[in-house]
Amino acid sequence: MKKRELTIYQKSISKWGWLFLGPIMAAFAIGFLWPFLHGLYLAFCDFRLVSEAKFTGFSNFEKAFSDEGFRHSFLFTAIFTIVSMTLINVLSFMVAYYLAKEIKGTKLFRTVFFMPNLIGGIVLGYLWSMIFDGFLSMFDTSVLMDSRFGFWGLIIMLCWQQIGYMMIIYIAGFKTIDGSMLEAAKIDGANGRQTLFKVMIPNMIPAISICLFLALSNGFKLFDQNLALTAGLPITMSVDGSMVKDTEMMALNIYNTFYGQSSFGHGVAQAKAVIFFILVAALGIIQLKLTNRREKV
Amino acid sequence: MYHYKTKRIKTKRFVGSIFLCLVLGLLLAGCSMSSKGSVYWLNFKPESDETLHEVAEMYEKQTGVSVKVVTAASGTYAQMLNAELDKSHPPTIIVLGNNDLVSKWADCCIDLRGTAIEKELNTDSYNFYDNEGRLVSIGYCYECYGIIVNKDLIEGSGHSMDELVNFEGLKAVAEDIHTRAAELGFDAFSASDMDSSSSWRFTGHMANLEYYYEERDAGGWSECPSSLKGTYMENFKNLYDLCINNSTVRPETLATGGHDAENEFKTGKAAFFVNGSWEYDAVSKDVPSATMIPYYCGVEGEEKAGLNCGTENCWAIPSLCSEEDIQATMDFLVWCVTDPEASRKLVDTFGVMPYKNSAESRNGFLAAANKYIDNGCYIMDWATSYQPNVDNYRAGLVSALNEYNSDRSDSNWQKVKTAFVEGWASNYKEAHQ
Repeated sequence: MKKRELTIYQKSISKWGWLFLGPIMAAFAIGFLWPFLHGLYLAFCDFRLVSEAKFTGFSNFEKAFSDEGFRHSFLFTAIFTIVSMTLINVLSFMVAYYLAKEIKGTKLFRTVFFMPNLIGGIVLGYLWSMIFDGFLSMFDTSVLMDSRFGFWGLIIMLCWQQIGYMMIIYIAGFKTIDGSMLEAAKIDGANGRQTLFKVMIPNMIPAISICLFLALSNGFKLFDQNLALTAGLPITMSVDGSMVKDTEMMALNIYNTFYGQSSFGHGVAQAKAVIFFILVAALGIIQLKLTNRREKV
Repeated sequence: MYHYKTKRIKTKRFVGSIFLCLVLGLLLAGCSMSSKGSVYWLNFKPESDETLHEVAEMYEKQTGVSVKVVTAASGTYAQMLNAELDKSHPPTIIVLGNNDLVSKWADCCIDLRGTAIEKELNTDSYNFYDNEGRLVSIGYCYECYGIIVNKDLIEGSGHSMDELVNFEGLKAVAEDIHTRAAELGFDAFSASDMDSSSSWRFTGHMANLEYYYEERDAGGWSECPSSLKGTYMENFKNLYDLCINNSTVRPETLATGGHDAENEFKTGKAAFFVNGSWEYDAVSKDVPSATMIPYYCGVEGEEKAGLNCGTENCWAIPSLCSEEDIQATMDFLVWCVTDPEASRKLVDTFGVMPYKNSAESRNGFLAAANKYIDNGCYIMDWATSYQPNVDNYRAGLVSALNEYNSDRSDSNWQKVKTAFVEGWASNYKEAHQ
């Protein structure tokens, strides 16, 4: 069989391709792959400095699982993620539904809703702590005084930050719906609710899928806002003095374990980070598989 | 042919420029690895960053030795220290100012006994030793804290400084001022906020009165005790209650923070301000009569109490550094405490430096501390430096104090006691696994 003649572009790509791929591959290997693998190894080590790690097997994982604060942070994070994911998606879908229509002022509203997403997490945390405390101080309390305030404070803040971003994805989803389908539904006499549930939502599964995934991973990985708004407070203290930070999420728990003053915490924090990674990755994969199945239906 | 030549020229240029870069790189690397060694100070106090840079520049100009000063952002020193020590060129000066840090890093620091900088010291009181007796870190300044008092306001309210010699006297004056606050135009204590910018005044300073007296009963602590007895919790409560109940703001509002205690004191809205010697520059311009009194809390014999003196400012030199860098660092440190101009700058920033040839202190609060010593009073040393898992331990205290501030019931005080006493034991256990 005659070998297909390569064009001049294909020839140069095959000759010089490595030059263009090389830097990004090197950056990926240095900035992600190596730290990731090294971090994985460190989860099985006892160390003070990364360069002097000693292999200790699974003891860090045992300590991580027996840490009541870590177990609590997992529960808190899971509940937080379910609530925030639901609220963010429902609200952003609603906003997108109205703003996808070409009504007056749409562009202004889209911009306004998107803007909170441009503010960094730490700034947002301090900003909202002032807003919440400004309000709660009228009742002689603070967002740090009650874990319910902390929980709902975090939910409100994350919704405010992320609804605009998800809205953009949903608007793009609405725009991809074929106009003739909507027209056909109208001719067939479908009412607004039927059009929404039978035509629009089934056509928007890819957008819903990506938004759910983003909200899920963002909820689980929340760190800056948690640190700035509550820093884990209030604290429940047992009679023996052991304490659990009521509004501490998993990422903050890992951070606090690592940067606690005793060096024993470093390996345990690494182990917690590995558990955290497996959890987020598994949840993400399950959720993607479920929504992919819906996409194919 | 023409194309071939152009390509060759371009290749030559390309190879040539890479070669040039390599040569320049090597030259620069050579410069930075000069035989003089270099100094790299990892500073932990953002407020002294500017002065340290000025001093570093002065030294570089005088000697040609490179001095790099890097300051960790507030509250991030521990993680920065961890990261920097693992680098190929680690800091040559680090700050190990509490027992936790010393026990964690002692084995990778040089023993400072018999070194040139140790010989310059005029006291051994602010140094940290490890379990083997090695001098790990050496105090470069010390501070004092207590209750800052506006003498003019005290006298203006019809009282005298002579009344402030024990808890009964302090209580009588503070309560009287608070009762007559509307008439006088000022209150007793400035706000005791529990947000992160202020809570350390209570969890990291006032808590010391309990530790100190407990330590004194035990004949001194040589290492962090695994538990506390809480013998002096009532005394801590005495003073804490006095602060929050006779203040410019209601205790219920303290968790939120946002009050400016320093400004309240400076503008004459409050007669007392719980803080330390580092506040002298900030308050003495507006309140020239400002002085400092001890934490009077109702302990027997407290008429002989002095101020809380100690430090968390201690230099250590990592042994991970090269011989040249260690020598350069030692020369730099000696220069810092002996050069008149440099030590003047540093003393004005830090308050006082415990070295034979350093500049005289101009800090009025430290002068007050010395006056107490001269009058035969005992120094309350900083036992807070033993707090185990310090950030975690203090977070527990803040949370409990927040609850107590909002409802000053016995059950809530019990929570403060639990965080104070049992919290110590559980954090100790966590830190010493």
